[in-house]
Amino acid sequence: MKGIAFKAIAYGLLFVGAGLSLIPFFWMVRSSFMTTTEIFHFPPKLLPETWLWGNFLEIFNVVQFSLYFKNTLFVLIPVIIGTVVTSCMCGYGFARLNFPGRNIWFALIIATMMLPPAVTLIPTFMLWTEIGGINTFWPLVLPSFFGGGGFFIFLMRQFFMSIPKELDEAALIDGANYVQIFVFILLPLVKPAILVVSFFTFTNVWNDFFGPLIYLNDESMFTLALGLLQLQGSYTSDWNLIMAAATVMTVPAILIFFLGQKYFVEGITLTGIKG
Amino acid sequence: MKLEPLKQRLLTKKRMNFSKKEKVFGYLFTLPAILGLLLWTLGPILASLILSFTDYQVISPGINWIGFENYFTIFREDLYFKQSLVVTLYFAIASTAATLAAALCIALLMNMKVKGQGIWRTLYYLPVLVPAVAANILWMWLFNPEFGMLNGILRFFGLPGSMWIYDAATVIPSLVLLSVWGCGGAALIFLAGLQDIPKDQLEAVELDGGNTWHKFRFVTIPTLSPIIFFNLIMGLIGAFQTFNQAYIMTNGGPNNASLFYVYLIYREAFVNSRMGYASALAWILFIVVMIFTLVIFRWGKGWVFYGGAK
Repeated sequence: MKGIAFKAIAYGLLFVGAGLSLIPFFWMVRSSFMTTTEIFHFPPKLLPETWLWGNFLEIFNVVQFSLYFKNTLFVLIPVIIGTVVTSCMCGYGFARLNFPGRNIWFALIIATMMLPPAVTLIPTFMLWTEIGGINTFWPLVLPSFFGGGGFFIFLMRQFFMSIPKELDEAALIDGANYVQIFVFILLPLVKPAILVVSFFTFTNVWNDFFGPLIYLNDESMFTLALGLLQLQGSYTSDWNLIMAAATVMTVPAILIFFLGQKYFVEGITLTGIKG
Repeated sequence: MKLEPLKQRLLTKKRMNFSKKEKVFGYLFTLPAILGLLLWTLGPILASLILSFTDYQVISPGINWIGFENYFTIFREDLYFKQSLVVTLYFAIASTAATLAAALCIALLMNMKVKGQGIWRTLYYLPVLVPAVAANILWMWLFNPEFGMLNGILRFFGLPGSMWIYDAATVIPSLVLLSVWGCGGAALIFLAGLQDIPKDQLEAVELDGGNTWHKFRFVTIPTLSPIIFFNLIMGLIGAFQTFNQAYIMTNGGPNNASLFYVYLIYREAFVNSRMGYASALAWILFIVVMIFTLVIFRWGKGWVFYGGAK
């Protein structure tokens, strides 16, 4: 009896909590289908009278949304490639190859995760100004080819460590070299990790607006996040358009999550616990 | 038998080769990360330290060494330093505490063998997936005192509305509410930890006549403590870096009530072009975060049980 009561309360609370977490989201989507008069109506309407799909076309007219989208891909694709390739390499190196100073280098790289990005921001910005990288995608893309940051190197290393070392040794005795072992034997085994890193990288780039904000000046270079800000700044009363743009930006993130949900959750929990 | 020593020697030789090669390849494989560390982290740290002792401003040419002048100015003249530090601390502590409590509650509920765990997990994780800019803009709309949904709901129940982010007294609590909305990530990590709790320990407590509270207090919390600690550290460090909300939603206002520290650094560096001064601010943040982390690690020793509890 007590068990049932407990369960009933649990379900009740879960429902309320889930409702609270979804309502803002629902509000965004329903607002994106409304007219401005409807959106400012009081008392607020739950659903639009007629669903205005045109709002979604309108955002492509008032700002260059398709250009922002293209720019975002120009950053996203190389960053994913750079992060995956180099974090795999480094994860393998730190997990399975012995070389002097390995632990110190690894510890230093992990320690940098504690460093506030604000500390390195100003000199890095000055460096890019100096070498003419402002208003190009280089400052957003190039750093990802250096291991992709402590978090991903750590994550990759964890995955590589979970594979039995006998595999490498057997391959070595059979005459394989380290590159062959890495590419042909280990990489296929860490596919889940590669997916995890790709998903996280996607969300990082998709969400990032600080990098684009300081490095990109021309509107023709803007990414989606900056474009959304731009829209919010210049069409302050067109909340229906702003919400439509926000919805458009949110949908791919959710789609990607659903496609790789299994790996995503695995990655979150793995890094969470082992951290 | 005679061949044995030779074979042995050959094997040793081969192994020697391996290890020499291993060293070379070890460095080759980790080179990107090592270069990255030097180029994007250690180099800039050093440069930022040096810059913090200069008066570098982008507009006026030349860099002058001014010693501790920037630091003196920060502490003595205190243009916005103390205000932003207080705001950041207030937000960091409130939002971390609220987010962790909410995440733990959600995880405990989901762990009660409820049906459709995957669906619940997704529902609670959905807010995390809304990109930061979109989420902040969305909440500006929800917080709108006239047309926003939140005041709409309050009015529906006959309650007085709030000014939310548009009033100095309520801006930080409002932003805490926004961060609680995104607690799904922490909840997932808690849930994974809860599912690792050995059943026999819970049963043992039951056999000894313990109730649900005893189970929670003496099994769940100790087993979960490393994860609570992890979420606490990550939450606090993350909260210290808060920037988006100030830039997108409040511009640090009203009346500097949401002047987050990183926003102040950004403003000094990229709006006022005082790179040297901003570097000094950044270094102070670095030291504050470090001290904070160390203190929490110290404190954590008292209540975090690593494996030993098992």
